[in-house]
Amino acid sequence: MDNFQELLHGFTIAITVPHLALMVVGVLLGILVGVLPGLGAPNGVSLLLPLTFGMQPVSAIILLSSMYWGALFGGSVTSILFNIPGEPSSVATTFDGYPMARDGRPTTALATAFGSAAFGALIGVILITFLASWVAQVALAFGPAEYFAVYFLAFASFVGMGGAAPIKTVVALAIGFAIAAIGIDTVSGSVRLTMGVDELVKGVNFVVAVMGLFGIGELLVAVEEEFHARAVSSKIDWREVFRAVGRLPRHSVALLRSAAIGCWMGITPGGPTAASFMSYGIARRFSRRGRYFGTGEVEGIISPETADHAAGTSALLPMLSLGIPGSATAAVMMGGLMIWGLNPGPMLFVDQKDFVWGLIASMYVGNIVAVVLVLLTVPVFAALMRIPFVIIAPLIVIICVVGAYSVSNSYLDVVMMLGFGIVGYLFKKLFYPLAPLVLAIVIGDKAEDAFRQSMLMSKGSLGIFFANKLVTCLIVAGIALVLLPLVLQLARLGRKPASPTSETTAQEKVII
Amino acid sequence: MGRTSTFLLSAAAVVVAGTMPALAAWQPQKPIEFVATAGPGGGTDNIARAVQNIITKYKLTDQPIVVVNKAGGSGAEGYVYGKASAGDPYKVIFGTSNAWQQPLVSKVAFNYTDLTPIAALAQDEFLLWVKQDSPYKTAGDYLKAAASGEFKMGGAQSKDTDEVLTRMIEKAGHIKLTYIPFKSGAETAVQLAGGHLDSHVNNPSESLGQWRGGTQRPLCVFSPKRLPQGAKVTATEGWSDVPTCVEQGLDIAQYEQPRTVWLPGKVTPDQAAFYVDLMKKVQATPEWKDYIEKSSQIDTFLTGAEFDKFIKEDLEHLKQVASEQGWLVK
Repeated sequence: MDNFQELLHGFTIAITVPHLALMVVGVLLGILVGVLPGLGAPNGVSLLLPLTFGMQPVSAIILLSSMYWGALFGGSVTSILFNIPGEPSSVATTFDGYPMARDGRPTTALATAFGSAAFGALIGVILITFLASWVAQVALAFGPAEYFAVYFLAFASFVGMGGAAPIKTVVALAIGFAIAAIGIDTVSGSVRLTMGVDELVKGVNFVVAVMGLFGIGELLVAVEEEFHARAVSSKIDWREVFRAVGRLPRHSVALLRSAAIGCWMGITPGGPTAASFMSYGIARRFSRRGRYFGTGEVEGIISPETADHAAGTSALLPMLSLGIPGSATAAVMMGGLMIWGLNPGPMLFVDQKDFVWGLIASMYVGNIVAVVLVLLTVPVFAALMRIPFVIIAPLIVIICVVGAYSVSNSYLDVVMMLGFGIVGYLFKKLFYPLAPLVLAIVIGDKAEDAFRQSMLMSKGSLGIFFANKLVTCLIVAGIALVLLPLVLQLARLGRKPASPTSETTAQEKVII
Repeated sequence: MGRTSTFLLSAAAVVVAGTMPALAAWQPQKPIEFVATAGPGGGTDNIARAVQNIITKYKLTDQPIVVVNKAGGSGAEGYVYGKASAGDPYKVIFGTSNAWQQPLVSKVAFNYTDLTPIAALAQDEFLLWVKQDSPYKTAGDYLKAAASGEFKMGGAQSKDTDEVLTRMIEKAGHIKLTYIPFKSGAETAVQLAGGHLDSHVNNPSESLGQWRGGTQRPLCVFSPKRLPQGAKVTATEGWSDVPTCVEQGLDIAQYEQPRTVWLPGKVTPDQAAFYVDLMKKVQATPEWKDYIEKSSQIDTFLTGAEFDKFIKEDLEHLKQVASEQGWLVK
């Protein structure tokens, strides 16, 4: 219980008036950058970084990490209200959050998202507190083969059998992999698929792709369907906020499962984005109401949000203990750590006890501050849904254009974003699933690198994926996840050969 | 972001307004952009931000400076951006030897001749690292063991500085190594700590934390003489205790990575002179010395003909290694 004593000492550092004030400021700034797409937590934190140079390291990290919490929460807001994910990790939240908000329940959707996110973060912090040293050892066991196995598992859990026709899923995946391959290849160092456009050497930024695919794509579909000028009649109801949070314990299985997935992916470090996708995919497979996922299911919001925050929180642990950042924001913070004169790595926990435990204690307090603040803003954000479509639509276009441009001040990105908008529209019209496409864009190149690094190590033998218990378990679990639904479906087909037509139409609807 | 940065810029402009600039023929009239060809937290990003801080602290110019990261394509994004900004003296590109190395081995749409060289500011050293509990005490032990089986050598990026050095070690030590490229030196260090690699050739700052934490240790440094005396890193050893590789029978006397500063092409000599002068002033401050020491680099300042000569020599050497390996792009 050494850790517990250290933690109490940490609380005496974190709970002081200046530090609490810093948390409030950080969380509010974070919500702001999270809500504005294209800005996002990594950019927000790097903008704030220079202001922290004169501060005590522990105060500086409290400010930055509070901003991180705020941005993680804020990132869900636009996903749910406008189908524009402000953060890569909140893409999966759009799948059910947006349909629910459009259905006239934005308050419920937001409150559910925030409540489950806070739960995920809490589990993540508890893990950091009590398992810090063990977790550091686990992360070290991950070589290229193990990394590939984790990514494979993420793909398998999501892809297997979704709502869409399997062949369409494969097509979407393939397009995603091709997009992920654009730019310089890490393993061979050569330029790929730039098609003569010099600037494409940087690759396709994820934010650009997602804002087009989701924001603009959805808008085009809505315009075509005229949207019936349906200004959602969302009553601003404070009680609904608490009711939605109060209903969460009923979904305790989904909460715990998602938190476990999130922590695991945060540490390994597959990162929050892979975690949220994986958690959503697994929830759809195992939830009793799985077939309704994509139409505004509560568990469809709980699963990605819980996993996202659990992973986002536990991703700070590999950063502190090993010096490998588990997320883009953690990478920026690590740069900060070095500037403040601290060296992330195994010695940080020994040399800088005040800093480490002050930070961990501030995670508890900062998350409580963050969840209170965001829950207070729910009615305000929900009211945005009352604005008529004719006003919101141009606003969405502006947000997407500004967001895409600000990624790296490049006009090409804006053009690509609009191009992705058309792709998104076509995907929706032709019932192709967007999720596998996005997943392949985000972790496709990482999976490829890991696979080829493994091949270099083993001199081309696939045996490396069965070389030890850890990697074998991961690969077998992945293969099982791919095959399981096939087997189940075969069994079901054997029992009742004719499937009712109503089921197929329900399936068409939930293609995501 | 547009609005925020405009706000920050104008706030910064208010702060520095009214201070007298040093006398020079050309003076910047609007905000200056520092383009780091690496992501936040990387070595190139750190140096750009260190220079920015020093300039701002000593008010060396009356214009505000913003640092932007263009790290895509192993830094090619930043250089391509510099090439596209020809004639614009408000974009300063911070890079490494990548500027002339990358065009040699991959079809990137720039060459260093598209840019105006300003200076090489610091040299980063390379060391040969092994896992803490590995049996090798010296580079000689390492070479002997590597001769019997194929060792796995990790490094950042492909056909970049780390792989070039790896190929040089192969040649000098008459061994064969399997080179595994990762995204960054930090990632490589963790892979070594986990026992997935046998060695890597990280810069001091990339593995400092790992050395202190007792997960890996340096065998030797690729430098003509030992590194300067500094604070102890572990309980017993500091950088100056690491022997040179030549001392230990690995005959590579010198291998360093310069931190380079560039302007876009087609700027006037006056404009280039302003930045050369600015970097000189930065280098004279105690904050710069502090940055160099903390990041365990070697303080150098190459500009003009000296810098040109350095590039030419490095290119000759690279061409030789690259053609032996079949890396050259047609």
